[in-house]
Amino acid sequence: MEYDFIVVGGGLVGSSIAYGLARQNYKVAVLDGGDRSFRASRGNFGLVWVQGKGADFAPYAQWTGQAADLWPELVAELANKTGIGIDYQRSGGMHFCLDEAEWDERVQEMEKVREHTYGSFEYEMLDHAQLKKHIPQISSAVLGASYSPQDGHVNPLYLLQALQQGMDYHQVDYFPGQALDRIEAKQGGFFAHSTQGTLSAEKIAICAGLNNRRLGEMLGMDIPVVVDRGQIMITERLQPFLNLPTLHVRQTAEGTVQIGYSHEDVGLDDGTSPSVLQKLASRAVSMFPLLARVGLVRAWGALRVMTPDHNPIYQQSVTCPGAFTVTCHSGVTLAAMHAGPVAGWIAGSDEPDLINRFSTDRFNVSPG
Amino acid sequence: MKSHYQLLVIGAGPAGLAAAADAARLGIDVALIDEQIAPGGQVYRNVGAAGDRVKDYLGRDYLRGERLVDEFLQSGATYINNAPVWYLDERLETGILLDGASHFISADRLLLATGAQERPMPLPGWQLPGVMTAGAGQILLKSAAMIPSGRLVLAGAGPLLLLIAWQYLRAGVKIEAIIDTAPGSGLFETLPCLARALPALDYLLKGLSFMLAIKKAGIPVYKAIDNLRVEGRESIESVRFNTVRGKSGTEISIETDTLLLHQGVIPNIRLPLAAGCKVEWDAQQQDWKVAKDIWGQSSVDRVLVAGDCAGIVGARAGELQGRLCALESAHQLQKIDLEQRDRVAKGIKRSLQRQLSIRPFLDALYAPAQAYQLPHDETLVCRCEEVNAGQIRQAVRMGCVGPNQVKAFTRCGMGPCQGCLCASTVAALVADETGASMEQVGYFRVRPPFKPITLGELADS
Amino acid sequence: MFRLVEDSGSDTVTLRIEDREYAVPAGISVAAAVLLCGVDKVRNTPVTDSPRLPYCMMGICFDCLMRIDGVPNRQACQVEVAQNMTIEYQQGAAELLQQE
Repeated sequence: MEYDFIVVGGGLVGSSIAYGLARQNYKVAVLDGGDRSFRASRGNFGLVWVQGKGADFAPYAQWTGQAADLWPELVAELANKTGIGIDYQRSGGMHFCLDEAEWDERVQEMEKVREHTYGSFEYEMLDHAQLKKHIPQISSAVLGASYSPQDGHVNPLYLLQALQQGMDYHQVDYFPGQALDRIEAKQGGFFAHSTQGTLSAEKIAICAGLNNRRLGEMLGMDIPVVVDRGQIMITERLQPFLNLPTLHVRQTAEGTVQIGYSHEDVGLDDGTSPSVLQKLASRAVSMFPLLARVGLVRAWGALRVMTPDHNPIYQQSVTCPGAFTVTCHSGVTLAAMHAGPVAGWIAGSDEPDLINRFSTDRFNVSPG
Repeated sequence: MKSHYQLLVIGAGPAGLAAAADAARLGIDVALIDEQIAPGGQVYRNVGAAGDRVKDYLGRDYLRGERLVDEFLQSGATYINNAPVWYLDERLETGILLDGASHFISADRLLLATGAQERPMPLPGWQLPGVMTAGAGQILLKSAAMIPSGRLVLAGAGPLLLLIAWQYLRAGVKIEAIIDTAPGSGLFETLPCLARALPALDYLLKGLSFMLAIKKAGIPVYKAIDNLRVEGRESIESVRFNTVRGKSGTEISIETDTLLLHQGVIPNIRLPLAAGCKVEWDAQQQDWKVAKDIWGQSSVDRVLVAGDCAGIVGARAGELQGRLCALESAHQLQKIDLEQRDRVAKGIKRSLQRQLSIRPFLDALYAPAQAYQLPHDETLVCRCEEVNAGQIRQAVRMGCVGPNQVKAFTRCGMGPCQGCLCASTVAALVADETGASMEQVGYFRVRPPFKPITLGELADS
Repeated sequence: MFRLVEDSGSDTVTLRIEDREYAVPAGISVAAAVLLCGVDKVRNTPVTDSPRLPYCMMGICFDCLMRIDGVPNRQACQVEVAQNMTIEYQQGAAELLQQE
């Protein structure tokens, strides 16, 4: 076999895993899509977000907590190897509540996550007056917020670039513009056939986002991927005024303000719609009235790679051992987990405690 | 203003004006939307209000705009001015910003006539104060009766550069030098095209008369140059270049206060792309064209295109294309039958042929120079985000196979101009570094808003 | 450096550019007006703090961003001059307006 591993997909998930494997001195090839591929990484909001995750699924709450804790180390390591600063800040984060019902629901979710993580998840409910101390520009339409000091944000595109340069640093062979035709399991390894040629490896990791279902099937894995569109907008550059991210409004290190986002079931359509853009703008302005006079520079849609229960899938093929699929929509928050424990799991050198809880078995209805 | 028209025309340049005027006369319920306060687009900008002296300097071709504008204003077509189009997608609902509020207009047929823009001409120092486009100089003359008062140098290639030199001479502007960047091919190599261009003899003679005027005025013209750059700290102080003659060359530096650049014009295909229209790469003109038939019908059912936005044809040809679009729209909307459409179109098509016959000659004579498509590493490519050519080449070497990936990693194209001034350069650099064709490389994904809109204006829509 | 073609005798408006008052022809754009008045820049860029003047005059380059009547990031070539208008340089990124 030419390689120890082939990673299919060069987005945030594929790049984290490829980097993690190469870091352990394995010989890795990455097959990536083209310039116009859907690329969920380009629609990412940039949140390194802990609060609220896994309220309904304890393993995810714990998994996310661990992921966030590993982040600072990954940032330092990437900066060291590539010289790329990715504007990561563990600034804390806000999730606004606009009425009493939202507030009560939020408290319940926060408490669940605290329970699931044996108290290591930290949060605070802030009423309007307390919130205004952190964010003076907030309007009276916001009743309060849940705040977690463990949340943060980053530039997701710089993160991807840093991971790719990190891959290069560890001599990963990167093949862009690939249209993968089929993958075969044979001769104790795997063969990936594309229009440009064939690569072979001992093991293979499918991290191709929306293509995971099609590719997983080829290797005996039934991966239920659900498409979910989110529309986002970004403004002109502004002087810094918002130093911690909120769920729907985040000021980047460049000073632009990112405004999100919708959840839409529209199939493979990454376009925009005026009605949704209007709603996003309206919500942003009702929370931050001073944004009313700020100019919009771009609005776009991006397709999230969701699973039926919104929690990640980490699956090894039963019929083709050595073939893995990784599917998630939080490629940023989980990046350090993917580069670390998950890469280790794929390499066979690690078996992270919770990883089996994320297999596709959970979607199968038990017989009888 | 209504929320629906039979025909919605976007752009009040010659193509849009002629189309809307004819459409109205053919009984179509038509509205013309334009971002400016008065009709005319760029080529006939402010023609309704320009003073006599300015009109004299600009020459007779500008006056044609007056007749066209009058024809439109008297046609009965609805005119919606000061209305930039901020939104358009494949559902063909057009979002305009009018008086600080967003409105959506639907139409049975949409005609895109959004014209052209200058081809970006990146060179070291082009971002310095005092460097502008030749088009900017023209706009200042047309809309503000302003001419350069200090030292002036013109650099580049293309009919517009000749035209503005001639106009400035008439206005008494002193031109220090004209730097001709057209690569190698002189009149001799272009002779084959010249023969075919003879039907547009008046155009050719006009060009010759411009060149003679420049010669007569004794303006130094430098040809066969390279390494053109702008020097200065806080603003332009001089232009410097090398002449390349035989084995030796000389370095020349010319002090100046203003530098006007021109490398031809390229179609503004953003709205056609937003509507889902198919585009094709034209290797001769080095630009993207909107695929269409002789009637202006694009690859999208209810969308027609006319004028420079579909492919550079010039003002006269644009006007004729607009008239053909009006006829085709009238036929599609069942106002006229096929026989009438074809009968009326005959004369228009003949005139259009004549106007188009000059194009191959101009394209050959004024092909864009490689140096400005593939600038030096230290030259700024993205003026908004200040990304240079070296950073773009580096991104490609790191694995970016197309302009959108380059953008994601370098921020080139993320600024307020959304790639208007860098898109063509980025694509050329990617093609050059990867060896791919321009068709394979593609272009930046276009996204709304296509004109500025605030969050408040959007929220209130 | 630009000047008016002689005898373009139109009405004038008085406006301020930074702390100085000027009389300019009515009906022209703010970008044209500042060029006529000989300013050395309209803004400093947010990325490298470099000076810029208008470049394309037709609304596609976004180099002519200025603070006009207190509102930042306005394309000066798209705004017509008005009596008593205040025009200021745009220093880097726009400030979030403190009042509506």
